[in-house]
Amino acid sequence: MTTSTPEGRLLRYVDALCEAFAQEMRRDENVFVFGLDVDDHKAIQGSTRGLLAEFGPERVFTTPLSEDAMTGVAIGAAMSGMRPVHTHIRMDFLLLCMNQLVNIAAKARYMYGGTVSVPMVVRSMIGKSWGQGAQHSQALHSMFMHVPGLKVVAPSNAHDAKGCMIAAIRDDNPVIFMEHRLLYPTEAYVPETPYEVRPGKARVVAPGDDVTVVGISNMVVECLRARELLAEVGITAEVIDPIWLTPLDLDTIVDSARRTRRLLVADNGWTACGAGAEIIAGVLERAGPDAGIAVKRIGFAPTSCPPSPPLEAEFYPNPGTVAATVHAMVRPQAAGWVPDPERTKLAYQTQFRGPF
Amino acid sequence: MMRPLIAQAPPLEPTVRLYRQLRLIRVVEEEVARVYPTDRIKSPVHLSIGQEFVAVGVCDVLEPRDHVSITYRGHAAYLAKGGDLRGMIAEMYGKKAGCAQGRGGSMHLVDLSAGVIGASAVVGTSIPVAAGFALAAKRRKTGAVVACFLGDGASEEGCFYETLNFAALHKLPILFVCENNGYAIHEPLSKRWATDRLTERVATFGIPAERLTDGDVFTVRNAAKAAVEAMRASGGPAFLEVACYRWQEHVGPNQDYDQGYRPASELAPWVADDQVPRLAGMLDPSVVERIDAEIRNAVADAFAFAEETPFPDPEDLYDHVYA
Repeated sequence: MTTSTPEGRLLRYVDALCEAFAQEMRRDENVFVFGLDVDDHKAIQGSTRGLLAEFGPERVFTTPLSEDAMTGVAIGAAMSGMRPVHTHIRMDFLLLCMNQLVNIAAKARYMYGGTVSVPMVVRSMIGKSWGQGAQHSQALHSMFMHVPGLKVVAPSNAHDAKGCMIAAIRDDNPVIFMEHRLLYPTEAYVPETPYEVRPGKARVVAPGDDVTVVGISNMVVECLRARELLAEVGITAEVIDPIWLTPLDLDTIVDSARRTRRLLVADNGWTACGAGAEIIAGVLERAGPDAGIAVKRIGFAPTSCPPSPPLEAEFYPNPGTVAATVHAMVRPQAAGWVPDPERTKLAYQTQFRGPF
Repeated sequence: MMRPLIAQAPPLEPTVRLYRQLRLIRVVEEEVARVYPTDRIKSPVHLSIGQEFVAVGVCDVLEPRDHVSITYRGHAAYLAKGGDLRGMIAEMYGKKAGCAQGRGGSMHLVDLSAGVIGASAVVGTSIPVAAGFALAAKRRKTGAVVACFLGDGASEEGCFYETLNFAALHKLPILFVCENNGYAIHEPLSKRWATDRLTERVATFGIPAERLTDGDVFTVRNAAKAAVEAMRASGGPAFLEVACYRWQEHVGPNQDYDQGYRPASELAPWVADDQVPRLAGMLDPSVVERIDAEIRNAVADAFAFAEETPFPDPEDLYDHVYA
């Protein structure tokens, strides 16, 4: 991760989130954090650690396993002027919240003629590997991108995790906040004072001329590793992190893709009707046919996520598949190139040890 | 938005107050039914004719600081809590001056200045949202309560039980009021409920629960008054199941006893015990005459306003997608 002006301390993603909650709760007593396990001894992998002690059980509390109603409670509290942060230990559970999120949270501002706002954050974690399997691994951001009225954010590093969370809490709209479990131990420079990484601005995380690679959530990290592998064969990839998926900063991606004339979107979700499809369609519509931009999507295999390691390795894109795909786009006439598998393991594979 | 004259009236004896609200709602709904075939109302209407006494009895004991959560069959509760009449009718006409600027329609009435939380057309969905308002009231120690109206159909949704549990666990100041009219669209309770013991089911959450079956607006008012007073004193939810009857078809301005799914004989006792003429008979005729005249004027004014006030501009489409 590179930031234009590194400042602050090296902080883990999980601790950056926790710092955002604590600072916002000190600033605004309307902010509260709730959801199953936020107040237990494990504190959602540490992301809510210390909040109960500082802010008490009225502002930091667990819930019954009633995701549907708890989402409605958050919405009602938000309409009343509170700022709830509803926490889910896996994004898969958001499927139990869809009625409230899609039928009320997203529509209330509109359907009630601008007389209410719903300033709430729905944070959820995506699991990966160590046998997470089909129902603990889904990244459902594209479902939420489909619905007007919701904002969707998927920060890829500790700096953005804090800044996006603060921006999300201060936002007067419902924000779906997507956290990748494997990013939790990753470190970045994080300013101590509160700051916002505001909606609708992407970041060019690494420059390049041959191809534009958009990574979503943890795929930003894998794309940066692919970029290193590609550099060794003389291909420079520009890596862009959209950060906010709604509102989406298409301009930054269009500007880059016009220049490189190649665009790859690496998603941590399925490609069908996915964020990659939306980004590519948006870029091509805006740039027009004369821009001559070649496009490619990669993401989850069109299967459910299997827990068995060899199957799972085939399921996920990795730095090797990203790099090989880019190579084929940039040098279509050349023989297929695949980097050394030993060097294309996913970032977590050298760091992460279960269980969760 | 201009408040109707009616809402500005000074406090009166309960009977006068209850009659005024019952009569207002009845006249509004009958006018909606009358106008509906002209196609000037641009929204499906779910009339509450015959059920008004539930909302009127409950809302009579509420204060301006309190909220109500209403259903898609919510005209009665909206008006009973003091929701703006002009805004309601204009909304049904799809006009910009509507309570939701023409973005809600009949099924999404809202007037937060009167404490009316926006209604949902997805049955039961507004129940936990109401609990969220109650949670905020408790946190802020405002002493306010929330009355959450729901139908017997909504009591079958999972989020109803989830909300009962949470409200009881957190001692939220919320009064759940189930308007049990015996039908979900066209399906009777007997085809939907394993047992007709909703009140007993709710009581197992440790929630004071009472079933009212006499169709009397005073019975409803007294039960709501006791529940709300207890709630303001010590917090904690309460539940009322109120038997009532939907006189008109599920959606639309007509009656549907010729459709075969319910007999007109079910309606007869409710008409015989109609609370609107009953309360009129309890008052001095001159008082009734005065109230009726005021209501006629207010309703005529609201419909005239809805007719005349402009539609939204097409370019308004994108307003309010985000705050």
